[in-house]
Amino acid sequence: MKNIPISAMIGLAFTAVYFLMAIFAPLIAPYGMAEVVGDVWEPSSSQFLLGTDSIGRDLLSRMIYGGRTTIFIATMATVLSFVTGSVLGFFAAVSGGWIDQALSRFVDLIMSIPSLIFALVVLSVMPTTVTMLILLMGLLDSTRVYRLARAVAVDITVMDYVEAARLRGEKIGWIIFRETLPNALSPLVAEMGLRFIFMVLFVSTLSFLGLGVQPPQADWGGIVKENKEGINYGIQAALYPAYAIATLCISINLVADWILNRTTSLKGGRG
Amino acid sequence: MTDAPLVKVRNLKIGATVYPPGERPQEIEIVHGVDFDLAPGKVLGLIGESGAGKSTIGLAAMGYGRGGVEITGGEVFVNGRDILKGGLRRLRALRGAEVTYVAQSAAASFNPAKRLMEQITEATIHHKRATRAEAEARAIALFEKLGLPDPQNFGQRYPHQVSGGQLQRAMTALALCPQPDLVVFDEPTTALDVTTQIDVLAAIKDAIRDTGVAALYITHDLAVVAQVSDDIMVLQQGRMVEYGHTDQIINAPREAYTKALVSVRSIEHAEKAPTQEPVLSVQNITARYRGTDKDVLQNINVDLHPGQTLAVVGESGSGKSTLARVITGLLPPSEGQITFDGRVLTPTLAARPLEDLRELQMIYQMADTAMNPRQTVGTIIGRPLEFYFGLKGAEKQKRIKELLDEIEMGDGFVDRYPAELSGGQKQRVCIARALAAKPKLIICDEVTSALDPLVADGILKLLLDLQKIENVAYLFITHDLATVRAISDSIAVMYQGQVVRYGGKSQVLSPPFDDYTDLLLSSVPEMKLGWLENVIAHRKMESAGH
Repeated sequence: MKNIPISAMIGLAFTAVYFLMAIFAPLIAPYGMAEVVGDVWEPSSSQFLLGTDSIGRDLLSRMIYGGRTTIFIATMATVLSFVTGSVLGFFAAVSGGWIDQALSRFVDLIMSIPSLIFALVVLSVMPTTVTMLILLMGLLDSTRVYRLARAVAVDITVMDYVEAARLRGEKIGWIIFRETLPNALSPLVAEMGLRFIFMVLFVSTLSFLGLGVQPPQADWGGIVKENKEGINYGIQAALYPAYAIATLCISINLVADWILNRTTSLKGGRG
Repeated sequence: MTDAPLVKVRNLKIGATVYPPGERPQEIEIVHGVDFDLAPGKVLGLIGESGAGKSTIGLAAMGYGRGGVEITGGEVFVNGRDILKGGLRRLRALRGAEVTYVAQSAAASFNPAKRLMEQITEATIHHKRATRAEAEARAIALFEKLGLPDPQNFGQRYPHQVSGGQLQRAMTALALCPQPDLVVFDEPTTALDVTTQIDVLAAIKDAIRDTGVAALYITHDLAVVAQVSDDIMVLQQGRMVEYGHTDQIINAPREAYTKALVSVRSIEHAEKAPTQEPVLSVQNITARYRGTDKDVLQNINVDLHPGQTLAVVGESGSGKSTLARVITGLLPPSEGQITFDGRVLTPTLAARPLEDLRELQMIYQMADTAMNPRQTVGTIIGRPLEFYFGLKGAEKQKRIKELLDEIEMGDGFVDRYPAELSGGQKQRVCIARALAAKPKLIICDEVTSALDPLVADGILKLLLDLQKIENVAYLFITHDLATVRAISDSIAVMYQGQVVRYGGKSQVLSPPFDDYTDLLLSSVPEMKLGWLENVIAHRKMESAGH
């Protein structure tokens, strides 16, 4: 523990605070999520630490519950995109030939459509549930992970130790999970920190546009949407989610940086 | 007091920063106080194994430390000035003018987008040692002296348009063009084939003699350095072991380490007569790479008998590694067939039964890349046991321990990662991985060429011992004839995709020779003074006689 640099400590602390708040939201939040407890846009006071929102709900409680939804969706979507993206990417790199071509061109096709527009089209026909959001975001984002995983794995599959495994007669599963994956982990972990943040932004954007998390369920993008009129009157309510997203983003990347430093050395990142 | 030394190095200490994973960077000392003098026009050979600090010391003569390396103490005088004092501006005036450098890999050191002439005259013109016209005239004169084809127009070519040996000579021209006082040669012939090496070596030697320049000649090959240097300094782990005249180092070495270097490759191996049915029989194999129309292998026929070694010798590009790819099934041949242990091998890898895969193992040149850096030695050796024989738990551990004993490494290595092993140990682990499958044939692809001579000797001895115990056959691919002499029973000499000579060791290595084998055999440097001159003179006579 004593070797953790100060930046990573800060990152770890903030990340932990956000995740703990998300997990224990019902215990921490002073009021219910959708409970109207005061006047419209009350300033912060000892009763309402961050004030109230556009219809008089406690903003702190909504931020905590909103964080829970946002972080949950972002986490699940990141996991989904990494599992699909990297497994498919490794599979393409290890198989080569027409399998690689077919998969890669299909991914190019998906990537050529702006993902926000793609998501809006899908969400306008499909029911807007949390599961749907996770599936959609995860699969759309897995194209980016696929690209990275394939690029990294192509370099690894030409190494002699992979050839040795092939000559031994190993199946593709062993080559992907035992020979390739451990050596591709560093760049993937770094990408994961970044991707998680894009997910937070993505789900917030969707909610802001009204196609993400549906009211009365709270999430950070939704809070901005509900309170955006307040900015005209100097009410800060819409800015708190922005602060939350920014701090979460920075702290997660501090942690990812540290993990990268630990797992790589100057010897080509495979020490 | 005759001549003031051109270069005087006193108590040179060099440090480096290392970055152990998960720990703080550490400062370590890699050269521990080295002294030497170099008179004008003389050549000093720096010799040692990898990690001995020879390149580092060579570069220090230009006041340069590469990648994390720093000169921490001592004095380096060039032309009476201490170059370590006076800062970067002075150094810049020195480098490329008074002191120049010839790197190991000419192909990686030239800018592929510029013509050779521009690069060769660049430093000379920049340092105002000559005008452009003079510099180009000098370069052309040097091309002629170095025996490059069409000296007038050679400089107009791009680096990719000339061969490796020519490029290395072009780099020598680059270093000599500013008419420096000192040239640092850093392993200039190591990356070249033997038949090319001899020409480059002769060209460098003539150029040094004719221009009267002094040189530091860095190499790991004592036989090479003996041909060009006046003095030799033997280094080991950043310390001087022995320093003396070339004659004394070669003929009367004093230190044990120098003696070991001089007597290296003294393995004796009596040739075994071919016995029963061959274990491997390559019949009329012709092969080409997909999308090309040139046959890389043309009608290859060789046999290998059980428990024996067939050495496949040739230069780079002769097709010897391709032959290995065909046998392993990575490259299906376009014609011909391979019989292994009495049965015909399926051409493609994917269609081969597990038993064939198990009995035919491979060891690679670069042990570094042949082992997964994220797996422990135990996993690397244990996997074939588990995969082919279904061994698990205690039984597997016991067999791993036996294998580690066989390669003369203790079972303390089981939990180590490849990064924690030395080069020789890595190659031993690769041997153990191949043995774990209980193969009938192991293909050894240049297994000793990336190793230092003493370590390579150890590996060859181990391979011979294991052959006696396990009765395994080796197909030994190499470009090094000394290795061939040491371990083979039969030899196939390959040239441009064909086997030009094939037979028992004694038969192949005794006259009458065909032209190519003669050239190959006479090009292997011998640890004798004057060997280079004799060979060159002999060749001149022969070509005059024809």
